[in-house]
Amino acid sequence: MKTKKNLTSLILPVAFLILVFLLDQLIKPTDSMSMLLTVLQKGSVYALAAVSMNLLNGFTGLFSLGHAGFMLIGAYTYAIFTIPSQARDSVYQYFDALIRVSFPEVLSGALGGFGYVLGIALAVILAGAIAAVFAWLIGLPVLKLKSDYLAIATLGFAEIVRAIFQWQKLGPVTNGSNLLKSFERTSTFRITLGNGTVISFATFVPVLIAVICISLIVRLVNSTYGRAFKAVRDDEIAAEAMGINLARTKQLSFCTSCFFAGVAGAMMAMVLSIAQASNFKVAMTYEILLMVVLGGIGSISGSIIGAMLFISASEWWLRGLDSGSFLGINAPGIFRNGFRLVVFSLIIMVVVLFFRKGIMGDRELPEVIQGWRQKRQSRKRRAE
Amino acid sequence: MLRIKDLTVNYGGINALRSISLDVPDGKIVTLIGANGAGKSTTLRTISGLVKAASGSITWNDQELIGKPIDSIVSSGIAMAPEGRRVFADLTTLENLRIGAYLRTDKDQIEKDIEWVYSLFPRLKERSWQYAGTLSGGEQQMLAVGRALMSKPKLLMLDEPSLGLAPLVVQDIFKIIRVLNEQGVTVLLVEQNANMALKIADLAYVLETGSITLSGSGEELLTNPQVKEAYLGKKN
Repeated sequence: MKTKKNLTSLILPVAFLILVFLLDQLIKPTDSMSMLLTVLQKGSVYALAAVSMNLLNGFTGLFSLGHAGFMLIGAYTYAIFTIPSQARDSVYQYFDALIRVSFPEVLSGALGGFGYVLGIALAVILAGAIAAVFAWLIGLPVLKLKSDYLAIATLGFAEIVRAIFQWQKLGPVTNGSNLLKSFERTSTFRITLGNGTVISFATFVPVLIAVICISLIVRLVNSTYGRAFKAVRDDEIAAEAMGINLARTKQLSFCTSCFFAGVAGAMMAMVLSIAQASNFKVAMTYEILLMVVLGGIGSISGSIIGAMLFISASEWWLRGLDSGSFLGINAPGIFRNGFRLVVFSLIIMVVVLFFRKGIMGDRELPEVIQGWRQKRQSRKRRAE
Repeated sequence: MLRIKDLTVNYGGINALRSISLDVPDGKIVTLIGANGAGKSTTLRTISGLVKAASGSITWNDQELIGKPIDSIVSSGIAMAPEGRRVFADLTTLENLRIGAYLRTDKDQIEKDIEWVYSLFPRLKERSWQYAGTLSGGEQQMLAVGRALMSKPKLLMLDEPSLGLAPLVVQDIFKIIRVLNEQGVTVLLVEQNANMALKIADLAYVLETGSITLSGSGEELLTNPQVKEAYLGKKN
């Protein structure tokens, strides 16, 4: 029973990844279905961000609103360490670039194609690690705070980070208020074969990173540490009486969550092809929080579903509401810029009214499917 | 053996404990009785490290406990089932038990101990996949005791296990306390239900506003006129 469950949980992601890889090759940028690729790319960024926020807010009960700040740190770290040396001076046009190393470049020089992949992986991991180091430092004072106060403190931190990254004095590292570009991004993740055919990994890479990271988070949540997180969330005093070190457990959850927020930030840079501090506003944190709440606080599959639905709706399905025609209805007078947001907000209100605990509540997808199966079986038995 | 000497604890600006001394010999059931606010729970919380002592000493097998972090106190073999049960409501019964073994690393033995707890409380086995928040009060108390047992304590501290439970359920809980004691677990029991507590206790202490006013064997205190009047509601 258990091995069967393990096997399906392995086969499903692999099958999904193969499908994404094929879609990457089949859908051309000019197709109308190319929106699907955009949604998958952005969706996997936000899915990871939402799951990592849920780890903190849903599983450990620490209400933090600093996610955009940590994603910003991740995005900048990734971008800075993957800008090729030729492009560096034109990117840092007003400054003398301080960090003059590009991981993919250096490693592909030494190891070839494998080195390139390794370099990207290293830059992504470093993005997470630096976000986690910042999290550890900021966690020392603020994790003593409870609920709303923690939210305010982390929110303030995220805003400070955004301001500091735009500071001209730090220009040699962060390029000041100018954006970072020309680094390794999804549109450069491709192999050109001898006969000129191009194999694209533009969607595959972010989806792969998201799948790996989310499965790591799932493992963590189901481990002894994950149980300790939930115990701290449910009752701090009882958890302490069991010998759980509150400060250490909270710090662990906070740093882990921010590590994955940093990775999500790196993915964001990859997908958007630019890294700019002014993109990482508080509104981004709120969007992620909305995905977590829509999906269900304390449900990982809920966060993924929430993120995918949110991105699909805002980027794709409801686009027509802004551009004149929607579902075959032509009403340029009403369907103008901004109308999409009105409808979107209404949909969210309706969803929240009907699913009070989010779409998934605190259950996970496998449990729900198993529930359906059991119901169907018992119905069958009754019919017999 | 646990020995408390001249322990003073200040708690939110008041003297919760004023220089109390008491012994909990190995293999015995010791009970602390007293009115609300007498300092019973504070004593337990100080032993487990949740509350800091102002002065005095608590030694456990000749090792000083004051100043030690909670996790090392738990792993030295002292476990507490806190007042009001405090089970983890959104975790299943089984997960609650596993949290009790949080500091242990001997996986095989943990599985055996889960079975041991289930054999003590067969009801918990039936509820194994249920969220603890959906259990009845009595089942939650069983779970709180079972969870404390999962750290394999030599000394089990129970803070008002009878609180808010029906008399029959209280009897069940006390039966289990006796069974555990026969299996070699030392029990330090804090109770409002003085009658039940004194009946099973080898040794009993009466706390009044932070000081110990009486001590003796359970039977002695049961027949003590002062105790009878103040805690057992009987007049001579």
